[in-house]
Amino acid sequence: MNESFLFGKLTLDAIPFHEPIIMGAVGGMVLAGLAVVGALTYFKAWKLLWDEWLTSVDHKKIGIMYIILALVMLLRGFADALMMRSQQAIASAGAAGYLPPEHFDQVFTAHGVIMIFFMAMPFVIGLMNIVMPLQIGARDVAFPYLNSLSFWLTAAGAMLVNISLAIGEFAHAGWLAYPPLSELPFSPGVGVDYYIWALQISGIGTLLTGVNFITTILKMRAPGMKLMHMPIFTWTTLCANMLIVAAFPILTVTLAMLGLDRYFGMHFFTHDGGGNPMMYVNLIWAWGHPEVYILVIPCFGIYSEVVATFSGKSLFGYKSMVYATMCITVLSFIVWLHHFFTMGSGAKVNAFFGITTMIISIPTGVKIFNWLFTMYRGRVRLEVPVLWTIGFIITFAIGGMTGVLMAVPPADFVLHNSLFLIAHFHNAIIGGVVFGVMAGFSYWFPKATGFKLDPFLGKVSFWSWFIGFYIAFMPIYALGLMGMTRRLAHVDNPVWHAYLIVAAVGAVIIGVGIAATVLQVVLSIVRRDKLKDTTGDPWNGRTLEWATSSPPAFYNFANVPVVKGIDAFWTMKQEGKAPKLEPSYAKIHMPKNTGTGFIIGILSIGLGFALTWHIWWMAAGAFLAMVGMTIWHSFDEHRDWFVPSETVARTEALHFGVKAPEVVQ
Amino acid sequence: MSPKSKWTSWIKVGARAATLAVAAVLLSGCDAVLLDPKGPIGEAERDIIYLATGLMLLVVVPVIGMTVAFAWKYRASNTKATYAPNWNHSTVIEAVVWSIPVVIILILGTVTWISSHTLDPRRPIASAQKPLEVQVVSLDWKWLFIYPEYGVASVNELALPVGRPVHFSLTSSGVMNAFFVPQLGTQVYTMPGMQSQLNLRADHAGSYLGISANYSGRGFADMNFKALAMEPAALKDWIARAKAATPLDTAAYRTLAAPGTHSVALYGTVEQGLYDRILNQCALGGICTNEAVSMARIKGPVPKGPLCDPKTGKPISIKS
Repeated sequence: MNESFLFGKLTLDAIPFHEPIIMGAVGGMVLAGLAVVGALTYFKAWKLLWDEWLTSVDHKKIGIMYIILALVMLLRGFADALMMRSQQAIASAGAAGYLPPEHFDQVFTAHGVIMIFFMAMPFVIGLMNIVMPLQIGARDVAFPYLNSLSFWLTAAGAMLVNISLAIGEFAHAGWLAYPPLSELPFSPGVGVDYYIWALQISGIGTLLTGVNFITTILKMRAPGMKLMHMPIFTWTTLCANMLIVAAFPILTVTLAMLGLDRYFGMHFFTHDGGGNPMMYVNLIWAWGHPEVYILVIPCFGIYSEVVATFSGKSLFGYKSMVYATMCITVLSFIVWLHHFFTMGSGAKVNAFFGITTMIISIPTGVKIFNWLFTMYRGRVRLEVPVLWTIGFIITFAIGGMTGVLMAVPPADFVLHNSLFLIAHFHNAIIGGVVFGVMAGFSYWFPKATGFKLDPFLGKVSFWSWFIGFYIAFMPIYALGLMGMTRRLAHVDNPVWHAYLIVAAVGAVIIGVGIAATVLQVVLSIVRRDKLKDTTGDPWNGRTLEWATSSPPAFYNFANVPVVKGIDAFWTMKQEGKAPKLEPSYAKIHMPKNTGTGFIIGILSIGLGFALTWHIWWMAAGAFLAMVGMTIWHSFDEHRDWFVPSETVARTEALHFGVKAPEVVQ
Repeated sequence: MSPKSKWTSWIKVGARAATLAVAAVLLSGCDAVLLDPKGPIGEAERDIIYLATGLMLLVVVPVIGMTVAFAWKYRASNTKATYAPNWNHSTVIEAVVWSIPVVIILILGTVTWISSHTLDPRRPIASAQKPLEVQVVSLDWKWLFIYPEYGVASVNELALPVGRPVHFSLTSSGVMNAFFVPQLGTQVYTMPGMQSQLNLRADHAGSYLGISANYSGRGFADMNFKALAMEPAALKDWIARAKAATPLDTAAYRTLAAPGTHSVALYGTVEQGLYDRILNQCALGGICTNEAVSMARIKGPVPKGPLCDPKTGKPISIKS
């Protein structure tokens, strides 16, 4: 292909004007963007946006931005899901459907990439951001600027994926881009390059989050809080971030090698020249399997918090829970080969990885029993977070069962890559991760915003997801047993046709659930005065995040709490020692906002775009500017400030409902 | 709270019952080909699926039952139920909840260890008859089957003798695929430059759908073939029909290797060593990987001048 100096491989032909579906989606995105810009201008909110959000290093605001990103990308990923379900429903009885293979292949690749990297990951990391520092009685994370940078790099990756819709194409090699298909001879377009750079940029953001959160948990706990006093969600956050730090470098290196193959004609993963595609498959799953646990372990933490709080009981078997989580963390690194039992490893290798995989179900089973025995002899309030938790236990039990089934290599020999597998991992990820983040979303929403979510629409959302999931994925399990494999743009089988139609109906019901959540957020914002949480403790909580106001003051705790055991806030309430208005407060040391993270994020979009299109001057410029920004930021020595004690006193007075002048001395 | 939670709970019970009923209907259908295998490998794998599922249901069903029962019995509105807010430990319960999954996994782990060995795809199927050798090549997007014993080849149609074991040697021309006849059992990846092995046997005559079970690009959905398990007479006819067809030489292979889908085709003869050259990625010219490796192993000074094909002695241009 001819490359120009100014534009690299980029020409006007890269914009798919002839594709009505894509242009419609792009038009919608552009209009939505213009509407946001218009609204910001109309309400004169640009300065507010910059001062309060884009430059914020407050972990709670960064967490909220992560969750907004996740919800937006959920809509995009779900649109892809609807396209796949409808295409297969239409194109299974002789019709060609409306998506040609070139387009269908991009849709399923984008669906997987978006849902894992830009929906589930930001959602989980967003919840960790909001909750974990509060749970350990800290005022922010260990490295507040790094936290902001992590978010903007993640958002930059998501932007690149969305840009690929309008300019060029996305990868059509599947969400893990197995070579040789993802190598230059078989994927000559820019799709795989978009994929590589989107994941590299967001992956570095995630890795930095891992470093940040581990440091925060290990170094910034409130006085008296031993490791075995930490709330379970903090424990699971610690485990998930240890997995991030251990696993994400593997992803970075693997994608870098794939990039070297594509950009410099190296041959790490091509067969000619001594490379081997099997190496890629091993490496990508050595990251990919821990990744599954990076997503689900924090969700186990959410369920633990929810079930204890709403049962009005302390968690059954706290120690068991911690050990089980640690077991899962370690074991998740020695099971990756179960993703390719059919690649011809010997019987002993397959059996080893099959058995290690099954062993994970032991600590997982223990967790489930612990949640059950937490409800036992409790007073279970069937609020929305509890519904998600009960829905999870039932659904995950089934997903776990089909997972262990496929851990037996000879069973996997017929089930591998079939729709049975697709149903299994959606069963585990929807039942485990989506239900988990939705439970966390409704549980901690009042803490983050100061008002509760409308409970009726929350129930509509839960029941739509729960019923929709079974209607969508039970037929997919059955299709797997009928021998239907994954990623088929069209099939011609009247028996399968009926099942695919039922599955599509299930997807629509899940769509109702997503719409209910969106409506729930909008309606709750409108009715925020009515749903206001004035106490800071709307659910009769047990852990320290509920000891703050809702939303918490930007410094979280006016006085850092002293902890004596698990369920610290519950104990305080029992002993009548919950925080109350003090006659005076000390000044508080806090980090200053900075726009560096945001600017580096924007520059990284430019870098990724330029590398994708071989616009070398722009890549060099963006890279040098990023390095320059980093150096400049490192010379900024005015990164912190002290909140004056009067400001603290006034803020606290407001929280405790006392008129400010009465306490300001 | 009370009437509402009662109502939601009933919905839940109803939804669960409906789900189980739907699942039962789905699985009893005879369209589930994995549960209706036509050979010993598929049968053994189906039995393992039943056994493992049954073992796990021993835990999963009580767990689901307990979930619904506990949530219902200890709902906040039921003030008659015991409430023990500080009860959070019981050594007996913890011992039981650790040991139940341990026992199940001990049994399943044993099954896994034994069956991984007995059903290893490379393990020959015990039989008085010598297995039929079939060489399989996945191409973009069609399947080539070469039968050294019969001296013929076919595209997108796999001929199998009923009752006689078959040993497959498998490779790929370009990207990864997976060879899979769901009703016969075990699938195996096909990879360029590498050879996989698989042993299967069809015990009942019939035509079974064969697919690629690993996404391989644009034409993937059409990469199907028919596996025809035939009695000796029918197989003889098939071979005779194949013998009458055109030869599979380098030119014919070049046409086949071009990306695209393909209808069923038969070939009367196969050029000597074609499969090995596909495996070593030199069927369309260039240097064969096995020869490149042996050349690289030759000790001593590197010969001057262009590289030569060891067979023909002609200089080779290494394509970029």
